[in-house]
Amino acid sequence: MDAGTRRFIVGAIVFLALIYGLTRVVSNEYVFFAAYVVLQFIVLATAWNILGGYAGYVNFGSGAFFAVGAYTGVALFKAFEAPILVQVVAGATMSGLLGLAVGALSLRLRGIFFSIATVAVAIVIETAVVNTPYLGGAKGLPILRPAAPALFHSYLEWVFFLMAILAVIAVFCARYVETSWIGRGLRAIRDNEGAAECSGVPTLKLKLFAATLSGALMGAAGAPFAQYLSFIEPTSVFNLNYAVSALAMPIIGGMSHWMGPVIGAVLLGTVQQLVTVTISSELNVLVVGVLLVVFVVGAPDGILGLVRKLRRPRTPAASVGAKA
Amino acid sequence: MDLQLLFEATVSGVLLGCFYAAVSLGLSIAFGLLDVPHIAHPAFLVLGAFGAYVLGGYGLDPLVAGLLLMPVFFVFGLAVYQFYYVTFERRGTDTGLRGLAFFFGVAFIVEVGLILAFGVDQRMVEAPYIGQSLEIGEMRLPYRMLVAFGMAVVLMVVLSTYLARTFTGRAIKAVAQDEGALRLMGVDPVRVKRIAFGIATAVTAVTGALLIIVGPVEPGLGRIYIGRTFCVVVLAGLGSVPGTIVAGLILGIAESIVLSTAGAAWAPAVSFGILLMVLAVRPAGLFGR
Repeated sequence: MDAGTRRFIVGAIVFLALIYGLTRVVSNEYVFFAAYVVLQFIVLATAWNILGGYAGYVNFGSGAFFAVGAYTGVALFKAFEAPILVQVVAGATMSGLLGLAVGALSLRLRGIFFSIATVAVAIVIETAVVNTPYLGGAKGLPILRPAAPALFHSYLEWVFFLMAILAVIAVFCARYVETSWIGRGLRAIRDNEGAAECSGVPTLKLKLFAATLSGALMGAAGAPFAQYLSFIEPTSVFNLNYAVSALAMPIIGGMSHWMGPVIGAVLLGTVQQLVTVTISSELNVLVVGVLLVVFVVGAPDGILGLVRKLRRPRTPAASVGAKA
Repeated sequence: MDLQLLFEATVSGVLLGCFYAAVSLGLSIAFGLLDVPHIAHPAFLVLGAFGAYVLGGYGLDPLVAGLLLMPVFFVFGLAVYQFYYVTFERRGTDTGLRGLAFFFGVAFIVEVGLILAFGVDQRMVEAPYIGQSLEIGEMRLPYRMLVAFGMAVVLMVVLSTYLARTFTGRAIKAVAQDEGALRLMGVDPVRVKRIAFGIATAVTAVTGALLIIVGPVEPGLGRIYIGRTFCVVVLAGLGSVPGTIVAGLILGIAESIVLSTAGAAWAPAVSFGILLMVLAVRPAGLFGR
């Protein structure tokens, strides 16, 4: 284990301890309610970045993966009152399988065709859920939260802490992928898939792996959703906001480093919460869209790219190189 | 299912199919011929529908409103393409991911902007032909579908004639085939593409008016039409106008049959299902170049 990984693990433990401390100290439930959303976006954005940022396959259907996780959880809870950890594992598995299937599509589809296919997958799944009475159909399904487990004041606090753990796991996975040979292979695919294949990169295997991991993490993020809201219905789960945010946050933060999606999620997630509370929920969605376009146009490498540019001011030699 | 029902479903499917072909025309140019990842096309369509709605408030017929909006949309299209060209195509690097994200963001902004301006309610327009039906024996054909059908046919004839006969039209087809060769002939490919994108957007204004003639429109409607329009364009084979008609008919008939057998709730999945199938089996489409 190298020094960087050790530092990361220590940081993660400190972070989780702080989160747990927060549940002890703060008594206002709304804090957890809002912070949960930010943590959930960290998972979603990080998961999106594994396939989108590293491998260059743009997923517009993040909402579907999220929803498959959420509805798997609901189905298990309704059938067996399965505990939430089982729901998370099952949700991640189901979404991982969906990710595998979507990854298989990437065998033939690149660029916009792949992206459109992910929209298609999302709509087909939404239609199936709306037409499944067992899952509440279009009307939705109320969920009775179980009693709070030991060590926590309320069930919401526990779900909040669970999401923090998931966020740490997601970022750890992304960091591992990025720094290992897998990440190098994925970046090669992004830059030139044909050349990568020719140089012996196992492109299909890597794409399937990235799509499966990305899907599984999104599913894990979705699984506690029903317990968190104590209600589930298709329009809110399949909300376009998830798809847009999952893609906007890495782009705004910066896609080349695992920190990027985290920065984007924390920043954008917090702004969204503030705007929702102070102004309106429509406007918060608009903010995401506008920021996405502004960053794509003005700062293609995101906040991380901007920081890097500031830190390394152009030396004369560099600008000559850029001109040539 | 009895034959009478199947026949009726097919007839209304044909009408619906021509309408789907018409709303896909703009995308057929922008994406099929110019290779612009125009995910915002359905959002522009809804924008056109709301334009017709607003002008309809002044007593204008939606079709007339659509025609009046054409020049506005043409200029709008010129501007959008110019912006896209300067920020993405000219820089050259990594147009794929960021170009897609750009249009996705634009679509999202249009949708939310419409929600902020008009709310999430469904809007419709009034015209003498909306609400009446032509009755042939047992069968009832709503006039609004017939109007959309007629307008769709006119649009397609005009557009394919324009592309085949005029200088600019041929230049647009040429830029899709070989941009470099066009440049060698002394034609500016960017100018041709800009005009083509302008035309594609102008067509969207009229077809947007058709959208609100055919049924009530709400800002989120664009999402379902992502599936329908891309299904038609991909199934047709990129950039083929005659293919667009065939693909539109296939989608229209399939959707209409599902509508009358499985129910309305399953209809949105039809186009996406066909799209997925085409992408998996034959990405080049029926009349691929």
